[in-house]
Amino acid sequence: MAKAEATFHVFRGEAADAESGVEASGEYQEYKVPVEEGMVVLDAMHYIQGEDAPDLAVRWNCKAAKCGSCSAEINGKPRLLCKQRMDALPLDEPIVVSPLKTFPLVKDLVTDVSWNYKMNAAIPPFQPKEEDTDKWEVFENDVVRTQEFRKCIECFLCQDVCHVLRNHDRKDAFAGPRFMVRLASLDMHPMDARNDRVKYTKEEAGIGLCNITKCCTEVCPEDIKITDNAIIPMKERVVDEFYDPVMKVLRGIGLAHKK
Amino acid sequence: MAKKSYETKYECHTHDVLVIGAGGAGLRAAIEASSQGLSVGLICKSLLGKAHTVMAEGGVAASMGNVDPDDGWKTHFRDTIHGGKFLNNYRMAELHAKESADRIRELERWGAVFDRTEKGKIMQRPFGGHTYRRLCHVGDHTGLEIIRTLQDKGVHSGIDVYMEATITHLLKEDGRISGCIGYWRESGRCVIFNAKAVILATGGIGKGFKVTSNSWEYTADGQGMAYRAGAELIDMEFVQFHPTGMVWPNGVKGLLITEAVRGEGGLLTNSEGERFMKNVDPERMELSTRDIVAKAINKEVKEGRGSPHGGVFLDISHRGPEYVRKKLPGMYRQLLEFADVDITKGPMEVGPTTHYTMGGIRVDADTAQTTIPGLFACGEVAGGMHGANRLGGNSLSDLLVFGRRAGLGAVEYANGLKEQPQIDDADVKAAVKELSQPFERDDGENPYAIHKDLQELMQSKVGIVREEGELKEALDELQTLKGRAKNIAVTGARQFNPGWHLAIELDNMLIASEMVARCALQRTESRGAHTRIDHEGYNEHWGKTNSTINANGEEMVIGQSTLMEMPDDLKALAYEEKK
Amino acid sequence: MAKTVVIQDINATGATERNDGWWVEPLMVLGGLGLFIVYATWAAIQGEFYAMEKVEEIIIPAGANAAEFVRPYLSPICSPDLPRWFPELFSWYQWSPAFLILPFPGAFRATCYYYRKAYYRSFFTTPAACSVGGQPSPLSKLLGFTKKYTGETQFPMYFQNLHRFTFYIAALFMVILAYDAYQGFFGWEHIGYADGKNFHVGVGSLVILGNVVLLGLYTFSCHSWRHLLAGKLDCFSCSDFTSKRFDAWKRQSFLNEHHMLFAWVSLIWVGFTDLYIRLCAMGIWQDRILF
Repeated sequence: MAKAEATFHVFRGEAADAESGVEASGEYQEYKVPVEEGMVVLDAMHYIQGEDAPDLAVRWNCKAAKCGSCSAEINGKPRLLCKQRMDALPLDEPIVVSPLKTFPLVKDLVTDVSWNYKMNAAIPPFQPKEEDTDKWEVFENDVVRTQEFRKCIECFLCQDVCHVLRNHDRKDAFAGPRFMVRLASLDMHPMDARNDRVKYTKEEAGIGLCNITKCCTEVCPEDIKITDNAIIPMKERVVDEFYDPVMKVLRGIGLAHKK
Repeated sequence: MAKKSYETKYECHTHDVLVIGAGGAGLRAAIEASSQGLSVGLICKSLLGKAHTVMAEGGVAASMGNVDPDDGWKTHFRDTIHGGKFLNNYRMAELHAKESADRIRELERWGAVFDRTEKGKIMQRPFGGHTYRRLCHVGDHTGLEIIRTLQDKGVHSGIDVYMEATITHLLKEDGRISGCIGYWRESGRCVIFNAKAVILATGGIGKGFKVTSNSWEYTADGQGMAYRAGAELIDMEFVQFHPTGMVWPNGVKGLLITEAVRGEGGLLTNSEGERFMKNVDPERMELSTRDIVAKAINKEVKEGRGSPHGGVFLDISHRGPEYVRKKLPGMYRQLLEFADVDITKGPMEVGPTTHYTMGGIRVDADTAQTTIPGLFACGEVAGGMHGANRLGGNSLSDLLVFGRRAGLGAVEYANGLKEQPQIDDADVKAAVKELSQPFERDDGENPYAIHKDLQELMQSKVGIVREEGELKEALDELQTLKGRAKNIAVTGARQFNPGWHLAIELDNMLIASEMVARCALQRTESRGAHTRIDHEGYNEHWGKTNSTINANGEEMVIGQSTLMEMPDDLKALAYEEKK
Repeated sequence: MAKTVVIQDINATGATERNDGWWVEPLMVLGGLGLFIVYATWAAIQGEFYAMEKVEEIIIPAGANAAEFVRPYLSPICSPDLPRWFPELFSWYQWSPAFLILPFPGAFRATCYYYRKAYYRSFFTTPAACSVGGQPSPLSKLLGFTKKYTGETQFPMYFQNLHRFTFYIAALFMVILAYDAYQGFFGWEHIGYADGKNFHVGVGSLVILGNVVLLGLYTFSCHSWRHLLAGKLDCFSCSDFTSKRFDAWKRQSFLNEHHMLFAWVSLIWVGFTDLYIRLCAMGIWQDRILF
């Protein structure tokens, strides 16, 4: 039996580089790849590297959806290349593979995601209420929420798909879903001593710019319920502190905790 | 002072301590060095937080005694020595057993969120080779938790992180380390680091094998660079094959099925439905050590009782779907999504997969310093800690314990230097020339083809079961491959060019592969992860002997050195009968 | 084979490499919500046939016994029927009670965390679907969303932050709607139904009961309620009270996961309940009494 063949249209191009005189370029190249059982798109990219284009740039590490390196867009959808099975794609038309569009292109499928690392470094680190962890009593129920958020593999697909970053380019004021999740994991941590996380979430991370379009949740390869479990609860906490007049009164007369 | 000519030509950075590799060990080392107030650079081939540590699923071993109060460092020490078939560096095993619990507490203080016991303490699960329930874990993504915790701690420690840079050469001045040179993966441009001390934390050599759980980064960079720089390596024949990697379907081939599956009650059966582990280890059954399980599976397959695709069956479905999904969420989802395998409904097909390198650069247990002054090594790239075989869960604790010690060792060494060591222009020139060579050939070998041939060779002739004839053939073929590698040509530009990257990395993989083959040939016994069908069982001489590897110009010199003898009190512990 | 062209402007309307039917969902939402809005507006403007308690409220076939046609049914879009409850207070008010009522559940749904997603995509189209470009729709231009994107930080979107207050009102409404549903079973005597018994089960009783159940599921699967129950706590195990709140939170979280489903089913059922009562009141359809 002849093996099925898939046609790929893979973005090839690079950013301008003044020093080496490289000019910005970009177009889709067509490649044919034989399809094998149980194959994923990353396998196809490796096939192309091995047979047709050894210089095809693509990030990948674990090939098991645990490291979040091989983020790209397949037929326009933000996906991990290693997690997109070929048998889930229609093979009668070209499979379009392109880099993340929210971040600056480096080369081919590789983009410059360093902005995310800057956002992460700006978030104040975990600060324990009690230094001696032998004194901690923390139960499973208290960490279920934080544990869900800490499953994040930092693939930045949520950052890529978020329209606040992608279409409105508000990287100046909005940290993006990934860091809403991170802030939620810190604020909901039963042993975190800081009480300014909600303020940070509103004023530095700009949670008000999220309008619950929920694309981040749709693309999360770890199935973290980003919107329902992280962003909305954090929005509600922001409301407690900044918008809810009743809470303000309650705090004023000492019936609610002061943050 | 006048600028050296390389400084005007290339991007240069200067630090007190430089850490190469940002997995668990590298990050922990960098955090420690930085906390002592030194200027620290941390270099990784990938983005930060993507290192192979994320793949560790089962847990991190520490005798905290949260679940089994009888546990303590002594039992952990004994288990480690028994697992390593008495070939461990006893001092490393001792430090590791004593310090790992503190390293876990520290992680918790830095924000790691482990699964909890009913009393609100860190949960611990049983694991192959450990007497007590000892593995602290977070579902089946413990490695991710550890690396993320260290990453978040690290970015607030004032460390300069250099992402997506590959280091290719260590540089020395008067026999001591002076820095290193490499290139930015993104631009292909060279970058030079000047440092008083360099810590290697580059991981293993798995990419030399065909069926492996390791990612592309595992190209033996540290082993190769240290060897070329003149450091001694030990015991490279001990390559651990994880007993249970997926053999089918292709999308998940090589994917590790964590020991936690067996820890949670998974059953291994052959095609006749027999729990074959009862023939080799009736007491521990599926929870036996990795090498015993791996060999037992190999035997079943070779004797025709394997599964349709050359493995055996591993089944956890009898624990019920809800339990499986709670305890092994990542595993469950991964297999379902990647390969349409539902582990709550039926068995997986599993077989041995290249997983871990016990051998590595020889280090001093307390400081992690190698035989080159100023060069330190920790994590998988260092040898000795695990002896002939590693217990599951001991690698994550190894990273933390010796990452920290390497950081401290490097700080102490750097503080002892009066001035910054100097980099020699000629060394830089030579390294840069070597890096450019693949571009200068118009017509040559395809690096991918050589890599593929190397993997086939190592898998078939230097794999889980070895034999003199095959090893000799392998060594011959390795020489051919080395010849071909000298003639690699790559196309395209220097910007993010994976073909070129592979061409550079092949050198190290070939060196490490040769080490494995040569040491395997020399060790005429079967011990731990090293099995010679022509030399079954232990040999007394080899039980007290480490293999050594040194470079003598172009020639690889394989030797022997006598294992450090344990002090009597530790000996009493190690040989004490298990309760 | 066709060439794939590089997208120059990812913000252009419909700019995407997606080749699946990404437009189907926003179109369905547009249709569904649009239909309900049009229907509810029409029903409100129409201003009659929303109740069947009095003979003069309904159309009775010629020659039939009027007392057999009255029903203790009130349309949810007009409940509570304030002008009827407080005739003196509302003597000046001559329009449908729907106008007094609808703004409240309307506000609850308009600020709902599910509906926000739905209408931002379908009505404002920025973007209409994930990784699809979108310029502001005429509606969002009308609301002034053409300048720099400010999300929910400024007027009028600022009010999205006060969703919890609309929840409080919605929860209050649930009491009234539950009373209406009770009346549907136990309110037959005082409206003068023919046989003089107080308890009956009509098809309409069940329709109204279904309405209150579905609206209840929608209302109490609310994200703001989830926050108030226990979501705002950092430590669940710290006291008996917080442990109890955690248990409630866990159960509510299960409902919350299905908030979208409840949003749609309850919306459709509200419309259907009104339509059912309306058709019966107009004599187009006849309500059956089951027992």
